[in-house]
Amino acid sequence: MNKNFLNDFPILRTQMNGQPLAYLDNSATTQKPENVVRSICGYYGGCNANPHRGVYELSQKSTKVYEDARRKVAKFINAKSAREIIFTKNATESLNLVAFSYGLTNLQAGDEILITIAEHHSNLVPWQIVARAKGAKLNYIYLTADGNLSEADISAKLTRRTKILAVTQISNVLGLVNDVKTLAAKAHEVGAVVIVDGSQSVPHIPVDVQDFDADFLAFSGHKMLSPMGIGVLYGKQKILDAMPPFLTGGDMIEYVTEQETTFAELPQKFEAGTQNVGGAAGLTAAIDYLQSVGFDEIARVENDLTTFAISELKKIPYVELYGCDAPNKVGIVTFNIRDVHPHDVATILDAQGVAIRAGHHCAQPLMKFLGVNSTCRASFYFYNTRRDVERLIDAIKTVRGVMKLH
Amino acid sequence: MLENIYTELIAEHSQSKENRRQLENATITERGHNPTCGDEITLSLEIADGVIRDAAFTGEGCAISQASTDMMIELLRGKSVDEAKRLAELFIAMIHGEIDDDDELAELDEAAALKNISTMPARVKCATLAWHTLDTAIKHSDGDSLA
Ligand SMILES: Cc1ncc(COP(=O)(O)O)c(C=O)c1O
Ligand SMILES: [Zn+2]
Repeated sequence: MNKNFLNDFPILRTQMNGQPLAYLDNSATTQKPENVVRSICGYYGGCNANPHRGVYELSQKSTKVYEDARRKVAKFINAKSAREIIFTKNATESLNLVAFSYGLTNLQAGDEILITIAEHHSNLVPWQIVARAKGAKLNYIYLTADGNLSEADISAKLTRRTKILAVTQISNVLGLVNDVKTLAAKAHEVGAVVIVDGSQSVPHIPVDVQDFDADFLAFSGHKMLSPMGIGVLYGKQKILDAMPPFLTGGDMIEYVTEQETTFAELPQKFEAGTQNVGGAAGLTAAIDYLQSVGFDEIARVENDLTTFAISELKKIPYVELYGCDAPNKVGIVTFNIRDVHPHDVATILDAQGVAIRAGHHCAQPLMKFLGVNSTCRASFYFYNTRRDVERLIDAIKTVRGVMKLH
Repeated sequence: MLENIYTELIAEHSQSKENRRQLENATITERGHNPTCGDEITLSLEIADGVIRDAAFTGEGCAISQASTDMMIELLRGKSVDEAKRLAELFIAMIHGEIDDDDELAELDEAAALKNISTMPARVKCATLAWHTLDTAIKHSDGDSLA
């Protein structure tokens, strides 16, 4: 039985262009349940003070909210210690932190960075910049016809010269799940450090950092029911300890003299300036909510909706699907309608209350590889229903008519 | 709402092949694109004695960006560069909702049909792409004539 999540997500009961909202852009950001909204109000209404800085009780309360969130996240992804959890504003900042702190310090001319062609720009552009700055080479693992990573590329390109492997666990365009555990083991064999972009995985599947043994994991709170502006970087303590700070200033220091500074211990070393405690309170509530739903239920609903959407879309002769024949797929359906640009599709769906994403999804190299300029993307979360998918399909069937193509 | 945007006229212009080509005697070629959505055009103009003798384009993108480009090209032929510049300003003001007097917009001819885009902020860039590209092209051609 589908729990009726509409009660917990008032926004899902609102209208868009006079139609009930079918929100199918969850890969971009998810909606927030009431307990998350309440936790943010509760923080600002009853606990707000600058954490770590005051000796008075309210500041202690704020510090506790923040540090409780850190412990919550550590448990959630099974980190060894809460010191391995660094709060950032989003996955993008987390990935930049690794690239500019770890990458700039450890890479040398001639070293290689290996990423996949399916990376989001935020796990791609920082590596381009770091590679250029250090005279390192940026290599790509390409995809096979079904959309999975090419084993041949992995064997050929993951070598002793590879110092960094940065890979998304789930592609935000194709929804395909990469086997990061096997990849991490192979990378460690050649001595490379492994960075996993968990932006699309942590909200949807159980992630255990000790099990898959990556060195870093980056994700954003806002794609998992939390407010925008709170993100996470997990890193193995030994590696984080050896890295220089990324941003510097208040809160991340130990002693500062006129010419010299020593830095605070983990995790403060990487958390310069006043932090997003309200966001952290929201993240704690979001994890509570996700755990109350359970990843089994999340997988069940998302698989049902994805399979249903793909089978319905396959019946429409002028719809082209991308990466929809692989079994290892989670919650994302990417498609095009023949002779209609995705922008126009999204506008026509919008008029019918259906929210999807159209464009390059911050993955231009992947678009080029797939031979398309842009695509439409519907992405699901556990609160979506078959009715949402039916509305998507019905709206898609009107598109060619609206465009006067017959 | 959709009927006011995806009209027959827009459909025709977005599908028309007439103005889609390379200009043999182009004096200036300018690329324009919308990084957020991927609309792309390459506009070529043949300018002589301050007059646009011919114009054409190639590109890929949504119906609105492509129809808008096609309509602009038809409007530009035979116009002076100064007039073209003024018309681009008028079109952009229309899309931004700053001018909505139909008499004033009549000069834009068929392109005035895109007026309703002013109510759709998400599509404003699609409609104005060609006209901003025109503006840049004219600026570059000025630079050339000064050089
Ligand atoms: C796979 C992937 N990586 C990184 C990001 C960047 O996330 P954010 O914009 O929250 O930093 C996204 C979100 O769009 C994503 O889907
Ligand atoms: Zn467009």
